[in-house]
Amino acid sequence: MLKIKNLHASIDDNGVLKSILKGINLEIKAGEVHAIMGPNGSGKSTLASVVAGKEEFEVTKGTVLFNDEDIEDLAAEERAHKGIFLSFQYPVEIPGVSVTNFMKTAINETRKAKGLEEMPAKEMLKLIREKSELLEIDRKFLSRSLNEGFSGGEKKRNEIFQMAMLEPKLAILDETDSGLDIDALRIVANGVNKLKSKDNAVLVITHYQRLLEYIVPDFVHVLLDGRIVKSGGKELAHELEEKGYDWIKEEVNA
Amino acid sequence: MDLKEKLLSSFLVFENQLEDDAYMNDVRNDAITAFEEKGFPTKKEEAWKYTSLNSVLKEDYSIFPKQENAIEFNDIKKYFIHDIDSYKIVFIDGKYSSHLSQTTHDGMDICLMSAAMSKPKYRLHIENYFNKVATKDSLPSLNTAFSSEGAYIHIPKNKMVAKPIQILHFSTGNESAIMLQPRNLIVIDENSHVQIIERHQSLSNNAVLTNSVTEIFANKRAIVDYYKIQNDNLNASLIDNTFINQKRESVASVHTFAFGGKLVRNNLNFYQNGERIDSTLKGITIIGDKQHVDHNTLVHHIEPNCESHQDYKGIFGENSTGVFNGKIIVNKEAQKTNAFQANNNILVSDKATINTKPQLEIFADDVKCSHGCTIGQLDETAMFYMRTRGIPEKEAKALLMYAFSNNVLSSVKIPEIKQRITKIIANKLGVNMGFDL
Repeated sequence: MLKIKNLHASIDDNGVLKSILKGINLEIKAGEVHAIMGPNGSGKSTLASVVAGKEEFEVTKGTVLFNDEDIEDLAAEERAHKGIFLSFQYPVEIPGVSVTNFMKTAINETRKAKGLEEMPAKEMLKLIREKSELLEIDRKFLSRSLNEGFSGGEKKRNEIFQMAMLEPKLAILDETDSGLDIDALRIVANGVNKLKSKDNAVLVITHYQRLLEYIVPDFVHVLLDGRIVKSGGKELAHELEEKGYDWIKEEVNA
Repeated sequence: MDLKEKLLSSFLVFENQLEDDAYMNDVRNDAITAFEEKGFPTKKEEAWKYTSLNSVLKEDYSIFPKQENAIEFNDIKKYFIHDIDSYKIVFIDGKYSSHLSQTTHDGMDICLMSAAMSKPKYRLHIENYFNKVATKDSLPSLNTAFSSEGAYIHIPKNKMVAKPIQILHFSTGNESAIMLQPRNLIVIDENSHVQIIERHQSLSNNAVLTNSVTEIFANKRAIVDYYKIQNDNLNASLIDNTFINQKRESVASVHTFAFGGKLVRNNLNFYQNGERIDSTLKGITIIGDKQHVDHNTLVHHIEPNCESHQDYKGIFGENSTGVFNGKIIVNKEAQKTNAFQANNNILVSDKATINTKPQLEIFADDVKCSHGCTIGQLDETAMFYMRTRGIPEKEAKALLMYAFSNNVLSSVKIPEIKQRITKIIANKLGVNMGFDL
């Protein structure tokens, strides 16, 4: 589904190109759950943003293929229409736009892009009801302005609610566990697990292994200084939790 | 001959045609003298620092349109809020159009200024109210001098006017350039409620300059909701002078939806002559091209325990310029005043300009006054966020801008107006969206 080959990406830092991703190779197949772990500043969020199409980053080398199509020239919304979803580490507050209307707009714009008619209001309501129950979201919450005044946990739950509504092929969860208490973590993980199927894939980006107790990865990758330096099964996450990253750094330097 | 001279000599002609009415003639003569002394305002005056009338005044305007022009309702239907039952007072090139209007004298007067000026039964009212709250500044004076037509509305006490009143001024383009000076007088007596919608619309690309004066008297406990829809073409300019005199416990609001014209200047003045008065001034400005919109507001708190709320949102694209000058005066006696003012702006283009200036003169010591103005760009992170959800750039932008101005729309009490404004906004932003937020 997703094939990343030798991906290099930089950001313009006051006129100087600063290299962040330095040759990423990663392949995610349908039905798989991958986790990327790594210390702060290793490039985890950048990788997520580049795949989602953030224009501030410049891809200097390498390719990103999504279902065998090079997506480099596609805008963020076009990638979304093809089925890439990014759950934000810090979801953005949009005053004046209710959760419901935001979702309506997102779904209908996606349908428009695919040449489909707008979703009938009744169907939309049904879908919203169904998915909000899945994430245990109070109905009152849906008429509030998107993310405005939401707690950290509410914001993250809302991200997964949006994911449930949009049913992406590839969901990238960027630090979805940060700011979640244990109950919210369980609800979010439960939501992700219920949406998982053999036809879609999940990429979990995280600092800690605790989310991976609930969303069990098939593969764990360690990102250090813009490169994936180690890959393994879910046991690698436990090892990182126990021992930190220093031993990997030493291994890499050796 | 420049416009000032032309107006002064036209006044002599105009004066000769008038009926022998010593009272009105005195008012008009004083007014033309005031205009003659002051002339058109220039950028040297503090209140006109950011708005130059030069480009507007250079046209050779016809002051008294000659031809009558028949217009059918279907040609102009779209400029009405036509999906509501309403009273209508319609003017074509400054002349009243009876076949497009729907007026009444049934228990209240929703009719014409010319009638009110000439008929004896209105005389006392005219003498009590006409030109009593309008300032003696040059442009209102110019209007007073030439005032002969407009809307005259008098709602006696304890009356809920069931239907909104639409005041529409059309210009047809029969003359290559035309100057219009409508004059409205609106008196709402004790405990009555009225909703009014006003629009000026040019039907051609010929130049139009409108210098309008509206005087509103909201007497004790009256409620007045006034909506101004300004969405004219690029050769039409409007100077709107609106003066509102409020008596105790009255509630008045003016919403100004400024989507432009060539140059628009809104002089909006509230005078609170009584206790426990509530005044609301709100506006949405969305302009582009080389359009210029200037909101110049004044709220004068004269007595204690009153409130005022100002909220103006502006979105400026291309080479457009905006001005917001919000003046609040709190007299020494006006203790316990609550006065709020907000002016938030988004510049969508590098070449757009906004000048915003709060002006507070507070002489009382126990008041709550707050003001804030912001100028910003669209939030890039919010844009990216929305795009990752599949909302294209243009639609994402439009949604953000609509949400930004939504605070102003939320206090509009007539749903059809809200829908209409929403449509105009979508149109202005080039998207086909409903924004039902």
